[in-house]
Amino acid sequence: MLEIKNLHAKVEGEDIEILKGVNLKVNAGEIHAIMGPNGSGKSTLSKVVSGHPEYEVTEGEILFNGEDITELDADERAHLGLFLAFQYPVEVPGITNKTLLREAYNTIARANDREELDPLEFEDYLIEKLNVIEMKDEFLNRSINTGFSGGEKKKNEIFQMAVLNPKLSFLDETDSGLDIDALKVVSDGVNKIASNDNAIVMITHYQRLLNYIKPDFVHVMMAGKIIKSGDIKLAEELEAHGYDEMQKELALNGEAQ
Amino acid sequence: MSEETKALESMIGEEYKYGFTTDVEYEEFPKGISEDIIRELSTRKGEPEWMLEFRLKAYHAWKEMEEPSWFNATYKKPDFENLLYYSAPKKKPQLDSMDDVDPNIRETYEKLGIPLEEQKMLAGVAVDAVFDSVSVFTSFKEKLADAGVIFCSISEAIKEHPELVKKYLASVVPVRDNFYAALNSAVFSDGSFCYIPKNTKCPMELSTYFRINNMDSGQFERTLIVAEEGASVSYLEGCTAPMYDENQLHAAVVELVALDNADIKYSTIQNWYSGDENGKGGIYNFVTKRGICKGNNSKISWTQLETGSAVTLKYPSVILQGDNSIGEFYSVAVTTKKQQADTGTKMIHIGKNTKSTIISKGISAGQSNNSYRGEVKIGKKAHGSKNYSVCDSMLIGQECGAHTFPYISSQNPSSSVEHEATTSRVGEEQIFYLMQRGISEQDAISMIINGFVKDVLKELPLEFAVEANKLLDVKLEGSVG
Repeated sequence: MLEIKNLHAKVEGEDIEILKGVNLKVNAGEIHAIMGPNGSGKSTLSKVVSGHPEYEVTEGEILFNGEDITELDADERAHLGLFLAFQYPVEVPGITNKTLLREAYNTIARANDREELDPLEFEDYLIEKLNVIEMKDEFLNRSINTGFSGGEKKKNEIFQMAVLNPKLSFLDETDSGLDIDALKVVSDGVNKIASNDNAIVMITHYQRLLNYIKPDFVHVMMAGKIIKSGDIKLAEELEAHGYDEMQKELALNGEAQ
Repeated sequence: MSEETKALESMIGEEYKYGFTTDVEYEEFPKGISEDIIRELSTRKGEPEWMLEFRLKAYHAWKEMEEPSWFNATYKKPDFENLLYYSAPKKKPQLDSMDDVDPNIRETYEKLGIPLEEQKMLAGVAVDAVFDSVSVFTSFKEKLADAGVIFCSISEAIKEHPELVKKYLASVVPVRDNFYAALNSAVFSDGSFCYIPKNTKCPMELSTYFRINNMDSGQFERTLIVAEEGASVSYLEGCTAPMYDENQLHAAVVELVALDNADIKYSTIQNWYSGDENGKGGIYNFVTKRGICKGNNSKISWTQLETGSAVTLKYPSVILQGDNSIGEFYSVAVTTKKQQADTGTKMIHIGKNTKSTIISKGISAGQSNNSYRGEVKIGKKAHGSKNYSVCDSMLIGQECGAHTFPYISSQNPSSSVEHEATTSRVGEEQIFYLMQRGISEQDAISMIINGFVKDVLKELPLEFAVEANKLLDVKLEGSVG
């Protein structure tokens, strides 16, 4: 579904590369976790893949279902089925969640020659999706993320994911700032959404999230590269020994720069 | 400059769409201002002697006054000797129906997309269309007359209802109030008069379209609205003008009088030509708008969407004289290119338990300058009075400016004044967030701006809000690169 080849990227107008040759392949039905310390480039990777205008790809390519999407705008990537659950969901005062979602849902439907939903049908659809994340319907009529608590914002991201039903979702530190109850709710939601037809890439600092959402693959990212990939055991290893030790070990093996 | 900002600027800096002129014959009238000109004007309008006296008194007051310069705007001063103080379509028809209106004028309205005719009527709106200086069309007069409501041109009111005009004209904005109010008092061409009798709810929303369509013609509209005890009225004013190179002066005066338990809602959409990319041309919009809550429990509410004009100086104000009276000001001011707007309000609390609310939203783009200037004054006897003000500014791009000048004075310790102000930029993060959800860049920007102004637009009467949204869309529409 997603194939990232030797991806290099930097902040537009600056010289320093943040991604220094990332390779990653994600197939339908898979859940991946990307772990790594602060500043390793994890969040940048999710933004570059989803088309944030602040970043410039200097080398490599991003293929989505075989199509090179490296030059597409963020909305065009969304139309193809790419979703990013933001680490810091943005507040947009004066526009309700419902308005955004209907606009987004129908825009994506139009782009894919699918039937749009009229306001009444959409209302029913939304109510159904609220169950995924145990959200109250009052959220629908509140301005996007405005005045939401940290936990509510994260839940709202997963709710949007449920509504838009993307093929590939990047969850950028969705677990950060969540208490244990909220973490369970959010994880349950993600597990309900996950299917054989879609794929999920979780970005996280902590192994704790992986207790709730079981990844098929775990990748460790450091200094702008994925330096090690494996299964859930890799995450357990990290939890036990920390990033520093892994870095040292890899350095000894000549695998890291 | 980022791509977003550029796109935003190109959308907001759209060329004025309504740049066309209508070929209507004009009665000739000499340029310039003098006692003779005023006499001639008054004669042509067939005014009574007392009105001429009023004008001459104002003219002499004006001659002694200096043009103000305290605001945050610079522009080439109008040449008052080169202005045309009177213009009217040559044929002065007595019209029974829309069919009798000059086809050119009708076409102009149609081009503007102003639903002057059936749509308005179906919506239950009486339309008093002011084309340049003479009212050419008034509808729904009978229905209003049945309710006892007087809604006519001010010229007609001077002849038909002199006692009311004499009593209230210049009672809120005195002749000597300011330079432009004095000038208006001397030479006002026409405008609207509205009188709602005791305990009457005006059966429909009243709407007037102002339009400047004559080169060099200063427009000096005069509006007077009086709501008697227990009366209520909603008045809508919207305007747009064709494209010209010469600056055109518009110095209107609007006076509102609300007696005991009366309620006046005054809504404006202003979209006059704002000049080209280099700031050439465009309307000077120097308007004095003021209402007085004269009676107890009365209420005056101003709502405005200001998107046009090269220079706007405008402070719709409320004098809260009656106890428990309420004053409101809801404003969206959009400036683009080299537009300059210095706008805001004054809330003067005199009576007990008076309340005022100010919600001001400024959007600046291009190299424009957008200032909010608001004064809240709480007098000694205004026990238990309250003011709440919010002034938010949104900047688009790096070259524009937003300024807030709040003046607050309270002489009464039992009263409270609350002022909040924020300035934000249309953020790349907001645009990216919405685009990530599949929304196009243009729609994302439009959503963000609509969200920003929502608190104000929701104060507009419903059918006017539709026009407001349309106007914002026109202002925002454009190709995204």
